[in-house]
Amino acid sequence: MTYIVTPLAFEFFRQGVVASILVGALCGMLGVYIVLRRMSYIGHGLSHSVFGGAVIAYVAALNFYVGAGLWGFFSALLINAVARRRRIGADAAIGIVTTASFAVGVALISKTRSFTRNFEAALFGNILGVTPLDLVVVGVVTLSVAAFILLFYKRLLFMTFDPEVAAIQGVEVGITDSLFALAMAATIVASINVVGVTLIAATLVIPSTTARLLTDSFARMLVLSTVMGALSGLVGMYLSYWLDVSSGATIVLLEAAIFVVVFAATTLSRRRTSWADQRIPVLAADRPADDLG
Amino acid sequence: MTTLIPNRHDGRPATDPVLVRFSGVSCGYDRRKVLRDIDLTIEEGAFVGIVGPSGAGKTTLLRAMVGAVPRLEGSLTFGGRPVGRGGTPGVGWVPQLETVDWNFPATVGEVVLMGRWSERRWQAWASAADRKAVDGLLERLGIGGLGRRHIRELSGGQQQRVFLARAMIGEPRLLLLDEPTSGVDLKTRDDILHLLADLNGDGMTIVMTTHELNTVAAHLPWVVCVNGSVIAEGDPDDIFTSEILGRTYGADLRVVRQDGIILVADAAPHRLRDALRHRHEGFEHAHHEHAEGDHVHDPQAVRPVGDGGTDR
Repeated sequence: MTYIVTPLAFEFFRQGVVASILVGALCGMLGVYIVLRRMSYIGHGLSHSVFGGAVIAYVAALNFYVGAGLWGFFSALLINAVARRRRIGADAAIGIVTTASFAVGVALISKTRSFTRNFEAALFGNILGVTPLDLVVVGVVTLSVAAFILLFYKRLLFMTFDPEVAAIQGVEVGITDSLFALAMAATIVASINVVGVTLIAATLVIPSTTARLLTDSFARMLVLSTVMGALSGLVGMYLSYWLDVSSGATIVLLEAAIFVVVFAATTLSRRRTSWADQRIPVLAADRPADDLG
Repeated sequence: MTTLIPNRHDGRPATDPVLVRFSGVSCGYDRRKVLRDIDLTIEEGAFVGIVGPSGAGKTTLLRAMVGAVPRLEGSLTFGGRPVGRGGTPGVGWVPQLETVDWNFPATVGEVVLMGRWSERRWQAWASAADRKAVDGLLERLGIGGLGRRHIRELSGGQQQRVFLARAMIGEPRLLLLDEPTSGVDLKTRDDILHLLADLNGDGMTIVMTTHELNTVAAHLPWVVCVNGSVIAEGDPDDIFTSEILGRTYGADLRVVRQDGIILVADAAPHRLRDALRHRHEGFEHAHHEHAEGDHVHDPQAVRPVGDGGTDR
């Protein structure tokens, strides 16, 4: 009990725990669509793109969330537009747009030498420095994305599974795709302070991939991934406190550990099933071999 | 007899029997015409097969019906209304099974419900009416009780019925199927075509693409031959001739008619077999001469005789 109660005495920890639970749930939820659309790399790319936007916001004396959010949203739209060209795949589009955007940030930092803001925090996250404003932003984004997913559930599912037929059957693919790009950009901007640019991709991809191993139903995958993301945020924060390890890294390592366990368990269970299925045919197959001799 | 078709949009008889009308339509991608000058009508209650070689534009013609292919010339109407970009209400689409992502986490029920997305479109969960509609349709299509199974766990015929159910649950006026019989065994193919014939018997308008000419000849009352444009259309009894099929496929096809059965066969295998036979004989002849001590090497001796260059 002491292990649970002691850290709660600190306000920074309480705020950090709430933020990491919300970010875990948010990334777990949205990550399902990202993984199933085979866009896993987009989380990594957009987080770098947002970094460029954050630097521009700082230089132009804009609010971080406004600058980084708008930059991320337009990057996502640009990726969609570039990827629509038949000769360019989505992976190349992500690579071009996001690295160029990241390079803008790096160039501006090197040019403007009087930086007071700690950009290392943006790269690796600084959950213990989460402010009440950050918490409000994470809360609003989580609720908004959850509302978007609930309201557009049928459309998003159809589009993710079968985009061409969804369009034929009347799903408003263009608008839904743009809103999805907005949700991705908002998620990444809101999560940057918690897990950092470099670890966002992991929080988007690992819980949803683990959930996929556990179920064949889309609805259950969505719930499992959200719950796993939130629990990893909660448990990861405590582990981070007691082990004195970076919180973002601890959360991601915990998610990766859960994935390894689930992967091993499901592989073993599948092998056991296939052994059971094969037993009779294998014995039957041995008999003709004797005849051949 | 129980009807296989859900309730239609309205019970009124159609004033215009034409459901789809292409008038001088040319369409394609990146301003390149895949189909030219299409004049075609699909009547309400028709059961039409679109045939043609690979790359002829069969699927493009099907996609054009729902406005999914940029139209470069001409006009197209569905139910008397112009077809634009975006969805066409009243059309159910069954994709090629080869294009489906079988690893996607979706149960049979979840897939079928996708076709009902526009009912209570803002509600994430399935209503009691949704569940009833899915169960009823699965039962009628002969796959009742499979709603909770993953789509990968089903047989080819069952999988085809799942996507048929998804297309039908929106109560369409027109059912479009892209290669519904490809990649399935003979029995499954027969089952699917009989099921489609039953649906058509209940009044559903059906258009499907296929590679299988003999299946079309045996089951479908109307065929459209396509190769960049419409080569011919009509009853297979009338239009399945060596001349029309030759123009459609750019190949030498023989049409055999016996006891009311039409059988289309590729003439090329005979030619190929004959050519191989000649080659084999030529080789044996050359080998024999060589064995007898004639050392003059004649490369012509091992080539097919007589029909080189005019093989097809």
